[in-house]
Amino acid sequence: MDYFLTEDQQMIKELAAQIADEKVVPVRAELDEKEEFPWEIMKVLAQSDMFGLFIPEEYGGLGAGALELAIAVEELSRACVGVSTTYAANALGTYPLLLFGSDEQKNKYLPDIASGSRLVAFGLTEANAGSDAAGIQTTATLDGDEWVLNGTKQWITNGGEAEIYTIIAMTDKSKGARGASAFVVEKGTPGFSFGKKEKKMGIRASITSELVFEDCRIPKDNIIGKKGMGFIVAMKTLDHSRTGVGAQGVGVAQGALDEAIKFARERVQFGKPIISIQAVQHMLADMATEVEAARSLVYSVARYVDSGAKDISKVSAMAKLYATDVGMKVTTDAVQVMGGSGYMREYPVEKMMRDAKILQIYEGTNQIQRNVIGQALIKEAASKK
Amino acid sequence: MKIVVCIKQVPDTSEVRINPETNTLIRDGVPSIINPYDLHAIEAAVRIKEEGSANVTVLTMGPPQAEDALREAVSMGADEAVLLTDRAFAGSDTWATAYTLAKAAETIGFDLIICGKQAIDGDTAQVGPEMAEFLNIPHVAYVKNIEKINGGSLIVHRLMGEGHDVVEASLPALLTVVREINEPRLPSLKGKMRAKKVEIKKLSGDDINADGSLLGLNGSPTQVKNIFAPEVKKDRKMLEGSPDEQIESLLSELKTLKCI
Amino acid sequence: MIIKVDVDVCTGCETCVDSCPHTAIVMEGDKAFINEYCQVCRICLSTCPEGAIKEIGESMQKKQDDFTAYKGVLIFAEQREGKVTQVALELLGAGRKLAEKLDCSLSAVLLGADRGEADELIKWGADTVYISSGDELRHFNDEPYAAVLTSLIKKHKPEIILAGATPIGRSFIPRVAARLSTGLTADCTSLDIDAETRDFLQIRPAFGGNIMATILCPNRRPQIATVRPRVMKKGEFDEGRTGEIIEVDASGLDSRTKVLESIKEVSEVAVNIQEADVIVAGGRGMGGPDGFKLLEELAEVLDGAVGASRAAVDEEWIPYSHQVGQTGKTVCPKVYIACGISGAVQHLVGMQSSDIIIAINKNPEAPIFNVASFGIVGDVFEVIPLLTKKIREAKGL
Repeated sequence: MDYFLTEDQQMIKELAAQIADEKVVPVRAELDEKEEFPWEIMKVLAQSDMFGLFIPEEYGGLGAGALELAIAVEELSRACVGVSTTYAANALGTYPLLLFGSDEQKNKYLPDIASGSRLVAFGLTEANAGSDAAGIQTTATLDGDEWVLNGTKQWITNGGEAEIYTIIAMTDKSKGARGASAFVVEKGTPGFSFGKKEKKMGIRASITSELVFEDCRIPKDNIIGKKGMGFIVAMKTLDHSRTGVGAQGVGVAQGALDEAIKFARERVQFGKPIISIQAVQHMLADMATEVEAARSLVYSVARYVDSGAKDISKVSAMAKLYATDVGMKVTTDAVQVMGGSGYMREYPVEKMMRDAKILQIYEGTNQIQRNVIGQALIKEAASKK
Repeated sequence: MKIVVCIKQVPDTSEVRINPETNTLIRDGVPSIINPYDLHAIEAAVRIKEEGSANVTVLTMGPPQAEDALREAVSMGADEAVLLTDRAFAGSDTWATAYTLAKAAETIGFDLIICGKQAIDGDTAQVGPEMAEFLNIPHVAYVKNIEKINGGSLIVHRLMGEGHDVVEASLPALLTVVREINEPRLPSLKGKMRAKKVEIKKLSGDDINADGSLLGLNGSPTQVKNIFAPEVKKDRKMLEGSPDEQIESLLSELKTLKCI
Repeated sequence: MIIKVDVDVCTGCETCVDSCPHTAIVMEGDKAFINEYCQVCRICLSTCPEGAIKEIGESMQKKQDDFTAYKGVLIFAEQREGKVTQVALELLGAGRKLAEKLDCSLSAVLLGADRGEADELIKWGADTVYISSGDELRHFNDEPYAAVLTSLIKKHKPEIILAGATPIGRSFIPRVAARLSTGLTADCTSLDIDAETRDFLQIRPAFGGNIMATILCPNRRPQIATVRPRVMKKGEFDEGRTGEIIEVDASGLDSRTKVLESIKEVSEVAVNIQEADVIVAGGRGMGGPDGFKLLEELAEVLDGAVGASRAAVDEEWIPYSHQVGQTGKTVCPKVYIACGISGAVQHLVGMQSSDIIIAINKNPEAPIFNVASFGIVGDVFEVIPLLTKKIREAKGL
């Protein structure tokens, strides 16, 4: 279907697809098997200016928006969600600086992020603060001209490999959610180290680590936005990143659908290719319809975000919720269409199915997305009265 | 340093099929690509530019649609693009092509010329060395590594079948490069945007002061007499029967021929 | 392309005469004249105060003036480390056939080797060997090689010149052709003579090896071709053959390239496949890496090597070093067993001069059967294990 992409958007799509097909597909199984961080691919993405996509031109980026980022993430996810997670988590970590950073912070960090010379990670989740972000226990206390950070962040994508970290920590525990603030911390700062590297079910090319802060002292100016705004920074960041996660769902579903169709045309049972069997056709038809619906929603929401709209929480949650559920369902169905072959590591769909599961969990579980949507519905209904 | 990279737009010959009835090439729907070896030449030039400073001009001879190949080269990092286009160039063999490219390189000006080792549609590997002769400059063919460039000379490694030679050449010079030299990058987004807008300089035979009698068909000493598919071997034997019988007769044939 | 003095402008000042490094400018009467020693180095162009020395091109579509003065076949005999290479012997074989058809002599040029090697060339079929043993020619270097060969050609005017399509031949022969303003056909796999016109028919794979083309150079002489190694049969060795060995003076050569070091590195697989007496090769029809295991087993009982078509290499079933064909190796074993290979021209050009070709393919229409000595239409997965088993039994393994 034609989504009326502009010439530039079409160009981004083609280049991202070329990177996915030529650089990611040939190595994805090996990266998954060895749980290896995809540095070579990150270098290709950097050289191709992909890291600068959504960063304003004044900081060396291309000044594009959520739709362009979604298109790039979708194409990469078609090949490997482990790789696209690494790429998208970089954007996630950058949004706090982009949305709330001071001019100094932007000048200092954004050019390196745009060129891909420094990777970024976002540190919100903790052992006791998953869906309930207000349960954060990492603290930041002002001591003279420095903030002193203490605590441990858990399951942080790009942890250890990234050079720049945007961290949410409590500056006033008594105020609950209003007592959180956002900070930027650089790798190598004394008192900042990396804990255990997680072993995961899927997205094994991406790295997920603990961040450990033990009397880690950072300059006073490293606070992002104002003191006490941490929770708002986190929520606005997630509002912006959700379309990207949705795009991952669309991409992985498309990848699985392509594989299932290819296989069904070649696999002969009962004397004919299985694609000629109506039961298989119906499964493929449902999968294709769902992929198209998910893409339409993700692109529409991305365009809405790019229009400068403020009330994006509800729709971005919808895009994330629907597209990632489609990702899970279509990858599962692709395994089913391919039967025993689909279950084997020789074919890519079992990995896609393992990868797809995380999309329903990270950056707000799909149950939390429903909460966001539900609360927005209540608010809207109330305001109509 | 001024580098000229010569490229060619070719049909993707791995996609070409033969019509078995007419013995002619089926070129319909075969995509046009930059000759794969030339991508390595572009990459080599762009790396020299990144490591020091250089201006990279890509040069091609061909019809107006060869502009696409030039724009792709710009999207990989070339600075300028020149299209040699003139109906007088039609029918050029390697001699006439090399002459024309040499005249153009002279017009553009250069310290170093880099070409792919050969084009996949012709596989001749002749245009580079012939160009060097026309320009009266040294050349090194089959280069797999550019070790260093200092002032007036460069040191390269050239493949020699059973190993490689380390060769020093004085500048200006011409190199033809093999796949082993590097891995060509993909285009960048900024490069693609620049490529969309870059002005493609078009040069005709007059613009490069070429001798009209040496261009195109007039300047081509060789001619293609005919093309054909290989013939059927007359003495072939098809072995019939069950697999068992086929193999038995094969083995007895081979024994008669004293092959086993 | 030639350099000429415009006699109407020349004042006879002789400034140019001393400028020529090749002593190609002489005074004829009171005007300068450029003779056949000219290497088109263009140094003289800038020295003439009157601008009387000019580069002049001639259309290639007009018969060259001294067209009929060219006679004889000359081969460039490549040497490595002082020893004549196989390809030189193959060129003698091919050159002899052409010389017979043209009723002319066959000569060879040998640079940087000793006289003993020139004797070898004569025993293998050369009537005359031009030899230069100079130290600067011991190791291949483009400019000196091009200079010596060009001046020999200008002096002796051979009708046809053959060189190996090796890294050496393909690097410096184009310079010679450019300098002589004549045609050059690359990488020929078959050569012939047009009986009527005496034109040299140069046959080579074209278009990525998808089809064959016959190339002519009808109006210029000499006609030059590089010839693919391992395709032509060697000349006939005759211990008692005699011929003439002529020393060529090759002093005063200069070069703007210098070989600093020469490093040997030989791929074992490449040697293995090019020297094997038996090659078992597989294509797309082998289905995958497992299919190639069957070929390895067959190759093992035959003491042979495993080859592959481009399709199989592209699928990454086997490394590129095993590839036979236009973009891979050219092989010429005693027995070539092509399994599940359809036989695209691109593959055929790399193996069709094998002594015996056995083709196994399930498609009776596959072009591979056109070049086969023996054809088996059947399923490779059935035929090959059976063949391996029967050979093993026959050999008592």
